[in-house]
Amino acid sequence: MKAFTYERATSPAAASAAMASTQGAKFIAGGTNLLDLMKLEIEAPTHLIDVNDLGLDTIEETPDGGLRIGALVRNSDLAADARVRRDYGLLARALLAGASGQLRNKATTAGNLLQRTRCPYFYDTNQPCNKRKPGSGCSAIGGFSRQHAVVGVSDACIATHPSDMAIAMRALDAVVETVRPDGTTRAIPIADFHRLPGDTPHIETTLDAGELITAVTLPAPVGGTHIYRKVRDRASYAFALISVGAIVQPDGSGRVAVGGIAHKPWRVEAAEAKLQQGAHAVSQTLLADASPTHENAFKVTLVERTLAAVLNEAKG
Amino acid sequence: MLFDRPATTNPIDQMKVVGKPLDRIDGPRKTTGTATYAYEWHDEALNLAYGYVVGSSIAKGRITSMDLRAAKAAPGVLAIVTAENAGKLGKGEMNTATLLGGPEIEHYHQAIAVVVAETFEQARAAANLVKVAYTETPGAFDLSKERAAAVKPEDSEADTQAGNFTKAFASAPVQLDETYTTPDHSHAMMEPHASLAVWEGDELTVWTSNQMIAWTRGDLAKTLGMEKDKVNLMSPFIGGGFGAKLFLRADTVLAALGAKAAGRPVKLALSRPFVFNNTTHRPATIQRIRIGATPEGKITAIGHESWSGDLPDGKPDMAVQQTRLLYAGENRMTTTRLAVIDLPEGNAMRAPGEASGLMALEIAMDEMAEKLGLDPVEFRILNDTQVDPENPEKKFSHRQLVECFRTGAERFGWNKRTAKPGQIRDGQWMLGYGVASAFRNNMVMKSGARVRLDRDGLVTVETDMTDIGTGSYTIIAQTAAEMMGIGMTQVAVNLGDSRFPVSAGSGGQWGGNSSTAGVYAACVKLREAIGQKLGFNSEEITFADGQVKAGNRSVPLAQAATDGDIVAEDTIDYGEISKKFQQSTFGAHFVEVGVDSATAEVRVRRMLGVCASGRILNPKTARSQVIGGMTMGVGAALMEELAVDKTRGFFVNHDLAGYEVPVHADIPHQEVIFLDETDPVSSPMKAKGVGELGLCGVAAAVANAVYNATGVRIRDYPITLDKMLDKLPQIS
Repeated sequence: MKAFTYERATSPAAASAAMASTQGAKFIAGGTNLLDLMKLEIEAPTHLIDVNDLGLDTIEETPDGGLRIGALVRNSDLAADARVRRDYGLLARALLAGASGQLRNKATTAGNLLQRTRCPYFYDTNQPCNKRKPGSGCSAIGGFSRQHAVVGVSDACIATHPSDMAIAMRALDAVVETVRPDGTTRAIPIADFHRLPGDTPHIETTLDAGELITAVTLPAPVGGTHIYRKVRDRASYAFALISVGAIVQPDGSGRVAVGGIAHKPWRVEAAEAKLQQGAHAVSQTLLADASPTHENAFKVTLVERTLAAVLNEAKG
Repeated sequence: MLFDRPATTNPIDQMKVVGKPLDRIDGPRKTTGTATYAYEWHDEALNLAYGYVVGSSIAKGRITSMDLRAAKAAPGVLAIVTAENAGKLGKGEMNTATLLGGPEIEHYHQAIAVVVAETFEQARAAANLVKVAYTETPGAFDLSKERAAAVKPEDSEADTQAGNFTKAFASAPVQLDETYTTPDHSHAMMEPHASLAVWEGDELTVWTSNQMIAWTRGDLAKTLGMEKDKVNLMSPFIGGGFGAKLFLRADTVLAALGAKAAGRPVKLALSRPFVFNNTTHRPATIQRIRIGATPEGKITAIGHESWSGDLPDGKPDMAVQQTRLLYAGENRMTTTRLAVIDLPEGNAMRAPGEASGLMALEIAMDEMAEKLGLDPVEFRILNDTQVDPENPEKKFSHRQLVECFRTGAERFGWNKRTAKPGQIRDGQWMLGYGVASAFRNNMVMKSGARVRLDRDGLVTVETDMTDIGTGSYTIIAQTAAEMMGIGMTQVAVNLGDSRFPVSAGSGGQWGGNSSTAGVYAACVKLREAIGQKLGFNSEEITFADGQVKAGNRSVPLAQAATDGDIVAEDTIDYGEISKKFQQSTFGAHFVEVGVDSATAEVRVRRMLGVCASGRILNPKTARSQVIGGMTMGVGAALMEELAVDKTRGFFVNHDLAGYEVPVHADIPHQEVIFLDETDPVSSPMKAKGVGELGLCGVAAAVANAVYNATGVRIRDYPITLDKMLDKLPQIS
């Protein structure tokens, strides 16, 4: 870990402005990912802007019947919120499928969306990695790739986004609210928030330089049966091999987002339109452009079988 | 004390203290954070500096240049030691690769420098500034490709045979010929390797985390070119070892070299990735097993061949060793072959040999039982032997494998298993039962101890024995309390210090029996000295309730030490008796699993281990060891695998997020039964090892349960869902 300076921001706009004016600065909230990366010198900020005092830690109802979740609401608190549990069960279940109790107590809503990949080559600074060191190459392609992405990949990167929460947010059509260094705000639909790797895998979101997430809003509840099914080699405390987040309505229609298979939460509206035809039809469209490696080709089968089980469970 | 005849009645047989399920005496210190682990020593050295290791970023080749300028100029840096400036270093007897590499690079993350700085953070930051240029050499990283080039290792037991295997197998009415693979495994203990090194003149004292004090002290002296008596090693508490801390490792050598260079005490811990690629691991194996039997199920031929790899001059995994002894059969063979593999050094881990060997053999036995139409429990019982099958005049000292199976089958409800797989469902779950034999040889090791009685009647035991979380402190105290006729609170135990008598150490499940036997021997001497001091002439003196008694005379024990401590020291040593009998430990593992019919995720539902391994000195600490072993078996069966990058030559998943071991949610219910037995051939304690027995066979029992649940036979560990997914029924 390299030496760094530190400040506590006093308002979201001030935090964003400070970020824009300080070379090499990073925001820090829960720190559950950033501190690990700093110890490994994968992230080496020269200045940390602590946003924990910004008061963005409440969950409020919105005029249109949805919820506005402050950027600093801890994962544990969000999962335990009665409104979330009642109306957005998918979100509560996804949150509780991730990490451990201790980590969820620290990790924030915004930080969860911004966590970096768990690709082991990204974590080993001796190895080429376009995400860590642009232009150095990708070690996972042709290397150990069992955990890696099967859709939306590029020749530069096959890493996945590791978040469980983001899968639920994607299925729920969440919107990310931000403030920019000039004080203006904007709302980014979650579908547009995370990027595919392309040839710039080090750029993971559509946030501008210095832009700070202030909240994530959920539209009014859509009802239906909420299921989050995370598939992994051990029963707890592991990143998903794949995960399926589904909201299924009584008529069999609904929404599906899949985790563990792409650089972002994977939802294809044209695929979920086929939910009433069953898992095979959905998967054919959802994974139409899949290009897995030899080691992770099983994920294509696994998504379809897991979705089939989820749809069976939704039928009750 | 020379132990050369089976033990007769002795004070341990009273079982007033020994054999009781007592809490660990070191428990309160561990649960209150007052047990000091290697990286937590502070007050032992003033003016501490911190070391951080630089590891090779290539697997094989040569360093062409090292640029230390930026690192030397970094804040707080006191010294940087490399092979170039370290002076001449030797290599430990137990080490394959050198612990400070360069210019030759033997494996990925081989240590090539240590940076010493005022703070840990400064040392780490500066270590990242060391610039190294290499010339890479192609290496061999894939055992399956190197199998054909593997050679017979020097070990005289690399090839064994009895009868005529080839002929018997060829003519056997029922045959099995299958190949199984096990991957590289990491010990993945919680506490990484760590050392604090302090020089006083030419004398070196190291606080570390190590299972075998005398081995490591000797190898440290050899590596540094010192006299052994100038080296002190302390390791009173160890946060898990599993074989990773049997030997001298880089943390100790580099702390010592760094401290010398900086002229300050240096503390150093290996970072988590270094535990995986800098230290040792269990090597991968390929195992071919052939079994021939009569239609009635009598084994007539059994053959086991194993291939593993290691660095040049390394050693093979002895995966075949249990196959020589576990089942009857006149015609037998084993072979062990070793390939050169340029991955980090392979070495002992959690029941080395039997753990990997039984992973293969016990699936083969399950497959063979099915071919024969026999219940797998009955098939094993049918082929029990009470003698060494290669050498029938040599009997097992005590062997209750059959009783383990009978007891376990009854307790587990084995009769509910369906012979035909894939028959039992519980909602989405496909359920299955599996069983396997547990077998591990019982090694006995020379072990010494010193015991001291003081005027308060307190007996203090000193031995360089270690407690790696197993309960050594407690069983040693129980032994001394039993021998001296006092309560547990009247005994103090000091371990893990090279200034104490050399013990068996902790490894190979020999520590419990051997180290307590050493304490027994010392206590026999102490009893004699006390008897003399108190003027007892009788042979019939007894030690009980804090009193020494003979006839009508009874004297408080403490009185013997009124004018000074009474000290006795002895070492248990084993004569021919250990060779006259085959000493082994036995068990049976029963497992129920559920396999998710959609995702093929395997979840263990319950486990039962039945063990027959001599007198159990403390059923509580022994159970704790056995359930730990059973948990490791689940890890080996379902998730543990060091992922090899076969191009770059290293273990990719080098942290505890990537290298998965079972968590609590994976282990719902475990039961352990110890058969009531004593083995007077093993030692005066009549005990044997049990720690590793708890692991042996478990993975195969899980594998067999998965087969019973699904009808899918997986012969390549770990049994992950990707290997089964395409073979499960369609989801309707």
